[in-house]
Amino acid sequence: MKLTAAKQPVGSWFKRILIALVVLIDVYPLFWMITASFKQPAEFVEKPAYALNSGFYLQNYIDAWTRGKMAIFFRNSLINTVISLVFIIFFTVTISFALTKMQWIGKEFFKKYFAFGIMIPVATSLIPLFQIFQKMNLINTRSSLILVYVASAISFSIYLITGSMLSLPDEIMEAAVIDGCGIYNLMAKVVVPLTKNSIITVLVIQFFFKWNDLLYSMTFVSSTELKTIQTGLLYFQDEFGSKNWGAIFASVSICVIPMLLMYLVLNKKVIEGMTAGAVKG
Amino acid sequence: MKTVLSNKKAIFLFVFPGFVLYTVFVVLPVIWSGYYTFFDGIPGIKWEFCGLDNFVRLFHDKNFMKALIVNLKYIGIVTVGQVGIGLLLALMFKYWLKHFATLVRTIVFFPVVLPTVAVGQLFVKIYEIQPHYGLLNSVLKAVGLQELVQPWIGQASTALGSLSAMDIWTAVGFYAIIFYGALLDIPEDVVEAARIDGCKPFQLFRMVLTPLLRPMIITCAIFSFTGTVKMFESALALTGGGPGGATKSLSIYMYDTAFTYSKTGYGSVIALFIFLVCVVGSRIIRSFEKPID
Repeated sequence: MKLTAAKQPVGSWFKRILIALVVLIDVYPLFWMITASFKQPAEFVEKPAYALNSGFYLQNYIDAWTRGKMAIFFRNSLINTVISLVFIIFFTVTISFALTKMQWIGKEFFKKYFAFGIMIPVATSLIPLFQIFQKMNLINTRSSLILVYVASAISFSIYLITGSMLSLPDEIMEAAVIDGCGIYNLMAKVVVPLTKNSIITVLVIQFFFKWNDLLYSMTFVSSTELKTIQTGLLYFQDEFGSKNWGAIFASVSICVIPMLLMYLVLNKKVIEGMTAGAVKG
Repeated sequence: MKTVLSNKKAIFLFVFPGFVLYTVFVVLPVIWSGYYTFFDGIPGIKWEFCGLDNFVRLFHDKNFMKALIVNLKYIGIVTVGQVGIGLLLALMFKYWLKHFATLVRTIVFFPVVLPTVAVGQLFVKIYEIQPHYGLLNSVLKAVGLQELVQPWIGQASTALGSLSAMDIWTAVGFYAIIFYGALLDIPEDVVEAARIDGCKPFQLFRMVLTPLLRPMIITCAIFSFTGTVKMFESALALTGGGPGGATKSLSIYMYDTAFTYSKTGYGSVIALFIFLVCVVGSRIIRSFEKPID
C-alpha cells in the first residue's frame, strides 16, 4: 500500500488529464459547431477553423431557417414524430397489458409474434415497403412515414413496457375491480399511472429514434414540402452551396439543439432506455 | 377480476389495431422480400420469374464484392473500436473517476442520441480541406504537423478510417455505460481478494474482470456487429459512399440497386444477404459465450 501511496501524485494527475481529454473529445466538436454557427462569412476565410466567433452573427440562423427551408423540415419532423408517438404509446400500452395480465387463448403465440420484429434490419424491409406504399398510393405522403414509424416501434416498445407490467401487483388491480372498475377504467386509472415510468422511457427513446430517422424519410418522401429535418439536412449542402459554412453550421445546430435540451432534462431516462435492450437482452 | 381480464371485446380492441399495422408494415415485407428475390425487372412493368439467377449473379458481381470488402473492414475496425474503447472508458469511470462522475458519464453518452446526419455534416466540416481547412487540419497546422494535413474524406486511403473514427466517437459512450453497469455488478470483495493476493492492475483486468465481463463483452460485440453490418446512414452523411466507392457499404449498394437502378429483385437478394450476415455473424459471436475448456 505504501508503494502505491508514493506513486499517487503523478498517477492521479495522469488520470485526471486523461479523463479531461476524453471529455474534451466529446464536447469540443459540438462546442465548435455552435461557435461556428455564429461566425460571419469572412471569419471562415481569415481565421483558422478553431478560432472562436468574434460576435453573434444571427443571419446564419435566419438564412438556414428561411432560405434553407429548415422551418419546413423542422415542422414536418415535429408533426411526424408527435403523431407517431401518440399512436405508439396507445397501441403498445394496450398490447402489453393484453399480453401480460389478460387471459385469452393465443397469448403465448402473440408474445413471440410481436417479439419477432426486434431482429429485422430496416434494409430488409425497405424494398417491399416501398412497393406496398406505392400500391396504397401513399408514396410521398406524411401518412407513409407515420405508418412505418409506428409499426417499426411496436416490438421494442412492447418489450420495454411488458417488463414493468409484469411487476404490477395483482392485488391493486383486484381492489380496483372490486370497487367497480371496468377494464377501460382499470387501464386509465390504475395500469397507466403505475407503469408511467416505462411509458416515459418509451416516449423519450422513440422520440429520438423518430426524430433521427433518415432511411424511411429519404425513401418514401421526395417533395421539399414534406421532407423531414434529416433528409433536409442531408441535401442542404447541395441546395445551399457548400461554401456557406455559417448557414450549414446553423442548420446542424437547429437539428441538434432540441436533442441537447431534451438530454439536459431527461438524460437519466434516455440512458436507461437506450441501454435497456443490451442490459436485459 | 377474471371476467374483467378476459373481456374478449377489450382484448380485441387492445391488440387488433397494433397487430394489423405490425403485420402489414413489419412482418409482411420480410416475407415479400423473400418472394422478390426470384424475380427480375420492375414490379408491375416487366416482372419475370428468373429462378435463382439473382443469387448466381451475386457471386459474379464485382461491385458487390467491393462493397462486401469495404463493409467487412468497417465492421472490423468499428466493432473493435466501439467495444474496446467502451470497455477502457468504463474501467476509467469505475476506478479513476472520483469527481463529477455522473456529469462525465452523462457527457460521454450524449453523442449517442445525436442525429446521424447532423454528426455527418459536422464531421464533413471537421475533415474539410477545401476551400479552407476544417477543424482537424487547422489544429494539425497549428501544432506544427503540417505534413499530416490532407483531404481526410476526399481520398480513398483515409476515407474509411475517418468514417470509422466518427462512428466510434458517436457510439462509444453507449458501450462505456453498459460496461460500467456490468462493472458495478461485480462484487467488491472479489476484486479486493485479488488485490490482497498481489494482483497488479493489468493482471486484475485480465484474470478477474475479463472473465466476469465476458457475457457483457459478447452482448456488446453482437450489438456493435449488427449495427455495423447495416452501415448506411453515417456513410451517406459523411462521404455519400465515395470517394470512388471507398466507403460504399452493402446497404448503400442495395439502396442504389433497388431505388436508383430499379432492380427490385436483385436488390432484395442483397438485402437478404445483409440479413443473413447479421444472423450468422451474431450466432458465431454468441458461440464464444461458453468457455472453451
